[in-house]
Amino acid sequence: MTDQQRVTLTVNGTQRSADVDPRTLLSDFLRHELGLTGTHVGCEHGVCGACTVMFDGQAVRSCLMLAVQAEAHHIETVEGLAQGETDLHPLQQAFWETHGLQCGFCTAGIMMTMIPFLRDNPDPGEHEIREALSGNLCRCTGYQHIVEAVQLAATRLATAK
Amino acid sequence: MKPAPFKYLSPKSLEQALEMVRDEGPDAKLLAGGQSLIPAMNFRLLQPSALIDLNQIPSLSYIRPDGKGGLRIGAMTRQSSVEHDLLVREVSPLLHQTMPRIAHRQIRNRGTMGGSLVHADPAAELPVVATALRCQFKLRSLEGERWVAAQDFFVGMFTTVTGPNEILEEIAIEPTPPRTGWAFLEVARRSGDYAMAGVAAMLSLDADGRMSDARLVYLNVGDGPVETPEAVARLIGLPPEDETFAEAARIASETEIMPFGNIHATPEYQRHLAEVLTRRALAQAAERAQV
Repeated sequence: MTDQQRVTLTVNGTQRSADVDPRTLLSDFLRHELGLTGTHVGCEHGVCGACTVMFDGQAVRSCLMLAVQAEAHHIETVEGLAQGETDLHPLQQAFWETHGLQCGFCTAGIMMTMIPFLRDNPDPGEHEIREALSGNLCRCTGYQHIVEAVQLAATRLATAK
Repeated sequence: MKPAPFKYLSPKSLEQALEMVRDEGPDAKLLAGGQSLIPAMNFRLLQPSALIDLNQIPSLSYIRPDGKGGLRIGAMTRQSSVEHDLLVREVSPLLHQTMPRIAHRQIRNRGTMGGSLVHADPAAELPVVATALRCQFKLRSLEGERWVAAQDFFVGMFTTVTGPNEILEEIAIEPTPPRTGWAFLEVARRSGDYAMAGVAAMLSLDADGRMSDARLVYLNVGDGPVETPEAVARLIGLPPEDETFAEAARIASETEIMPFGNIHATPEYQRHLAEVLTRRALAQAAERAQV
């Protein structure tokens, strides 16, 4: 076996450390070492988008990165969105209200894709939203309610500014 | 699935990386963006003995003018950086417009320019566009450097001329010549999927409005970027007209490309797509050349 390596990174604003095998994927590191099981693991080859997290502010597939590559970087996961149990992020609130999820497996990845998308495109059209969602598979909703949720969140985030 | 164990190395300079490449031997792999390598390792299609991670070498990530109207892109520059760069948009509109067609945003945020080129997937956009643009690639080894033209770089499926002790350092792109138009078109079952067929076209007009130079380069219809010299020869010296484009498209799609077919498309359907896309791409390129 290869030697374990110490990884220190910032997750949702908090510095975290753990010893890992170099072959540990970032997705497994978040779930198994840090206990952040909100990040889901679907296909493990970059197609489904369920494991999407923010890496230094950009959406990436955490199953296509090694944990050791996140050394000294900033990761944000779905656990960092809500301020409290009842104080949801506007995007989460919009998903709740418009029924933007059913089983919820894809939802965390969609959130972490849509947050940087709405940051960079505060007033997106429907086509842009669908294009931005194209890297996240949802097998329950048919996407219609997800698009509505993103539109609602965009409106509220714009008003809040 | 998870990757098999490997030794992880994180060089801080290109020189150090080259020494590691020499010391680790042929079973080691270079890790760029990892958007193709890591899935292949997750599936255990690849089990490298060591990974030499190039992500800690900031000097490999840049986009800068070459002082002669063209530009230079460092091999580790992220695809999303190329996509949003204003200089790229100005110097190479073909490259600029092709970038969003590569996979998904999450992949482009991590995937690199050089990684995609050296991976040389026949279905990838960048090898095709680099060939259409006649880009030059700088390969670095401990012995020195050499430049290879894109049209000589790709030699087969997932294979380039890059030697075992070489690392792609930089991509050089010439400015688009005057009276030259361009187009990139592809068809995929779903947005972001590998395309069933695609084509990059470059078309130059002379002072009389006749076609003086052209390039047609195809993706996923052969074992690398596929050029169609007979179809191009059919264009040269003629005015840009639909019947001429249709004839070139017929030659390219019927006799010059070699589609293998896959679960998404039969070879016949790929030929059909290539024929339609060629006509459209040439018409678009001709229109842009006349501006």
